[in-house]
Amino acid sequence: MMRLELVKRPQRSALFSALSPFIAFLLTIIAGAIMFALLGVNPLSAFEIYFIEPISQVWQLHELAIKAAPLVLIAVGLSVCYRANIWNIGAEGQFILGGIVGSMIPVLFPQFEGPLVLPLMLLLGMVGGAAYAAIPAFLKTRFGTNEILTSLMLVYVAQLFLDWLVRGPWRDPQGHGFPQTVQFNDSAILPELMPDSGRANWGFVFALVAAVLIWILMSRMLKGFEVRVLGSSPRAGRFAGFGLNRMVFFAFLLSGALAGLAGISEVSGAIGQLQPVISPGYGFTAIIVAFLGRLNPLGIVAAGLVLALTYLGGEAVQSALGISDKVARVFQGMLLFFVLGCDTLIHYRIRLIGFAAPKLEATPKLEEAR
Amino acid sequence: MDITVNILLTIATAATPLLIAAIGELVVERSGVLNLGVEGMMIMGAVGGFGAGYLTGSPWIGLLAAIALGALFSLLFAVMTLSLATNQVATGLSLTLLGLGLSGMMGTSFVGQPGQRLPNLDIPGLTSLPVVGRLLFGQDPIFYISIALTAAVMWFLFKTRTGLTLRSIGDSHTSAHALGIHVIRYRYLAVIFGGACAGLAGGHLSLVYTPQWVENMTAGRGWIALALVVFASWRPWRVLAGAYIFGAVWIGQLHAQAFGIPVPSQLLSSLPYLATVVVLVLISRNKRLTMMNTPASLGQPFVPDR
Repeated sequence: MMRLELVKRPQRSALFSALSPFIAFLLTIIAGAIMFALLGVNPLSAFEIYFIEPISQVWQLHELAIKAAPLVLIAVGLSVCYRANIWNIGAEGQFILGGIVGSMIPVLFPQFEGPLVLPLMLLLGMVGGAAYAAIPAFLKTRFGTNEILTSLMLVYVAQLFLDWLVRGPWRDPQGHGFPQTVQFNDSAILPELMPDSGRANWGFVFALVAAVLIWILMSRMLKGFEVRVLGSSPRAGRFAGFGLNRMVFFAFLLSGALAGLAGISEVSGAIGQLQPVISPGYGFTAIIVAFLGRLNPLGIVAAGLVLALTYLGGEAVQSALGISDKVARVFQGMLLFFVLGCDTLIHYRIRLIGFAAPKLEATPKLEEAR
Repeated sequence: MDITVNILLTIATAATPLLIAAIGELVVERSGVLNLGVEGMMIMGAVGGFGAGYLTGSPWIGLLAAIALGALFSLLFAVMTLSLATNQVATGLSLTLLGLGLSGMMGTSFVGQPGQRLPNLDIPGLTSLPVVGRLLFGQDPIFYISIALTAAVMWFLFKTRTGLTLRSIGDSHTSAHALGIHVIRYRYLAVIFGGACAGLAGGHLSLVYTPQWVENMTAGRGWIALALVVFASWRPWRVLAGAYIFGAVWIGQLHAQAFGIPVPSQLLSSLPYLATVVVLVLISRNKRLTMMNTPASLGQPFVPDR
């Protein structure tokens, strides 16, 4: 049988480290072309609708920024976790809690207006996200509970909590029974960056600032070094006096706060009120963004824009070709698969071993020796 | 009496998919591989089972399709993590994300269509017995498969040589490799078995539990199955017990909602997830016990040196 054999490289390949996201993207395009062909659509025209048309006008670039902002914000936080080998996969829940806690001001005190409102909301959003992320961190450090499962379970709880709030105590009494809160007043709305050309708001700036700050943290500061050491070798980290439990809290609180900031930015920016569903799975897609960006904050910005485009493209093919917008999810999933597969090339060379393995020609040589 | 029997029957129906998916994952984890893609494989089984049943008119073909699709989908994970030595956590996550997307796309035309339901067992004379008749002889076929599967896995893991080999691989793949055991081959088979089980569990959802296709109809059951394996500290009979406890929680909250208990329905709906967290905390509190039971190479990639 044909099989793969991995041969360890003496050191990581810088070439493939840079190339692998692009190879992965190319493979995704090829697989996507096959998928479109199977669906009976001309792949070329489908790709034009999917990848080109959604960003061919200025206002559409604004939409791209709106989708990319939460993805980048969440993903830079997650990259710190994953670098430290800590698996927070509940960012979706922290995003929702950030949205809820930040919305307390405009929903509960709609008369409160002025320049203080927005900063307070953003702060509360970060606190909400961080507090929700603190639960799996606490359970992991105190009881050794697996953080993957607890952080994920809390996503479902957060979704149901939001659903209850907007259908119950926080529902707009003048909302004709619709499950939503009051429209936020003007001082609780995240301003648009360039209102003349499109809807993009300050959330995108937050994302860029966060990416730069996390980049500085990871590459220029001791804390970033600590993260990397503990992630690659917890034993070495212990000898250096780095505390694993403190790191778990640091990573969870940081990523939770950023996810919470993303949540309140989305609610006060793109939506303007709370609804039963405030995220098309940003918290999960951000996991893909983090890996596609090589867990590097600056790479994550680029990856966030790519994944934002898959959302817009999904909507575009749905309206133009009548294909389910779930196609976006498929593209995102395939992309992550190929990225992870290509990452193998960084550390290993791949050898294909064919059906006819070369036989050891020992016998004739032995005879010669005689 | 009838009500009790009915409740027990619905608990069994709710527990069966959890049990099957968890038993499959248990074998996978015993071989040292952590596949977080259970949710994705399960939803692929659900959509495949529903689709094949709907298109052919036969729920049995649907059942086979569910198993096949789950196994096929897990093969993707196996190639990535075993042949390419990718990170198992990230690969499993991507399997779940891909499965949720792919199933949503495949199932677009199935939404709202009537599904096929696997018929319940009906043995003349036995099924009509009072009380025990329907519990023992009148359930859906997958229920019996799930019980047989649990017994078979128990026997396989702890009474056969192959099972012992599998467990040894999970505890130390390097030692197993040094002994000349084909670590990767065993793991491939284990992962595919886990995928087939997850597919079957998904098929149960769309062919028995609610014979229709609803997007994301697994609703986190794959993740709960993963938690069950930890809760059971990798022992099949404890998985059985855990699955039925969770089945009871799931049914209990549904009944509570139906009775109109003055508690928000969302709180009741979140009980299975909260219960999972609580149970995980309780079981992991005893660190020594967890350390002792966890397969020692769980989640670590293995590249054979040659």
